[in-house]
Amino acid sequence: MAKNVTAADFTAEVLNSEKAVLVDFWAEWCRPCHMVAPILDEIGAEYADKIEIVKVNVDEQPQLAAEYQITGIPAMKVFKGGKIVAEMVGAKPKHALLEDLAGVL
Amino acid sequence: MREVIIIGSGPAGYTAAIYTARAGLKPLMIASSVEPGGELMKTTEVENFPGFPNGLMGPDLMNSMQEQAERFGTEILFDDVTEVDLEGDVKKVTTGNGETFEARAVILATGAAYRELGLPREKELSGHGVSWCATCDGFFFREKNIAVVGGGDSAMEEAMFLTRFATKVYLIHRRDSFKASKTMVDRVLANDKIEIIYNSAISEINGEAKVESVVLENTVTGEKSDLDIEGLFIAIGSDPRVGLVQGKLDLSDDHFIKVEGRSSKTSVTGVFACGDVIDPTYRQAITAAGSGCVAALDAEHYLTA
Repeated sequence: MAKNVTAADFTAEVLNSEKAVLVDFWAEWCRPCHMVAPILDEIGAEYADKIEIVKVNVDEQPQLAAEYQITGIPAMKVFKGGKIVAEMVGAKPKHALLEDLAGVL
Repeated sequence: MREVIIIGSGPAGYTAAIYTARAGLKPLMIASSVEPGGELMKTTEVENFPGFPNGLMGPDLMNSMQEQAERFGTEILFDDVTEVDLEGDVKKVTTGNGETFEARAVILATGAAYRELGLPREKELSGHGVSWCATCDGFFFREKNIAVVGGGDSAMEEAMFLTRFATKVYLIHRRDSFKASKTMVDRVLANDKIEIIYNSAISEINGEAKVESVVLENTVTGEKSDLDIEGLFIAIGSDPRVGLVQGKLDLSDDHFIKVEGRSSKTSVTGVFACGDVIDPTYRQAITAAGSGCVAALDAEHYLTA
């Protein structure tokens, strides 16, 4: 299971991470989020040396959702060296997510 | 080899699964990896499905259908079909993770996909103010001005649902009257937060990182005007999902899978189609379910003949 990140540890866990980090912005009531979560877990496990998957609950972390201008979920943003290097919106099948992540993995 | 593979998991797919499973055909359903349950998973209250006098939630209805299909032995795979080979007595179905399944019959219940406006910035701003799912994204438009475009029941439902969050919901429609049912239109007309903009089409979506405004074009006078909004929900109908079978099955002029008369028989023997992918007219949960039943009975007849 991907780790939950909050505003308090976002800098340490995401922005200062040496590895690429995919942040999955989600909410309990979002069905597509529940569909994509296990796919992200699989990707995280298969590419553990290249990318880490973490989750931000937008209900509990509205300031992070606002800061990253989230207007639809699931929204996935990949950070590397503190910068966003890839962005995806909406639940997608694994092969489509892997294509989107090709530059990172 | 299997007897029958069902592609799709909306009301048509699940009804086909329930019937073929009860007939002992041990169906394999390939339900999609991220959209199982189909369009009803994105709706809220379903009030017109017979047998539920108090209404029920779309996702609850679909979960019940899944449970009923599994009870009789349907095997469900949460993956996407990427390729089909429908010729001959053995049909082949390949999924996203590369597995190929064989069956004597295939039932296509792939439904319909949301239609896009076809405007330049639409795709880039998807997820940045442009949305096709009010129940998924409405939450992010609390105390904002937003718009819904469309004139059918789903546009009405989206507009009503979005008033929970938004300060104001504009409902933009090309004509001066709605295709939606009277019950839904009456609710929209009675809602103070909804303002209807008739005879208008969206000709541009503007905004750098996110939606800031749209340009409306009056469909009668051709006059243009700007409307400042932060969210645009598109509910202008859907198109049959026929990508998998393009060039393999006969399609109608408007791109639905062609079936023979009142049956579910496609142009290829042993391949049946049901639900929204064959229906340009009714497209209700209950008509899709009925159509799924037809496909199951046709497939059963074919397999036991």
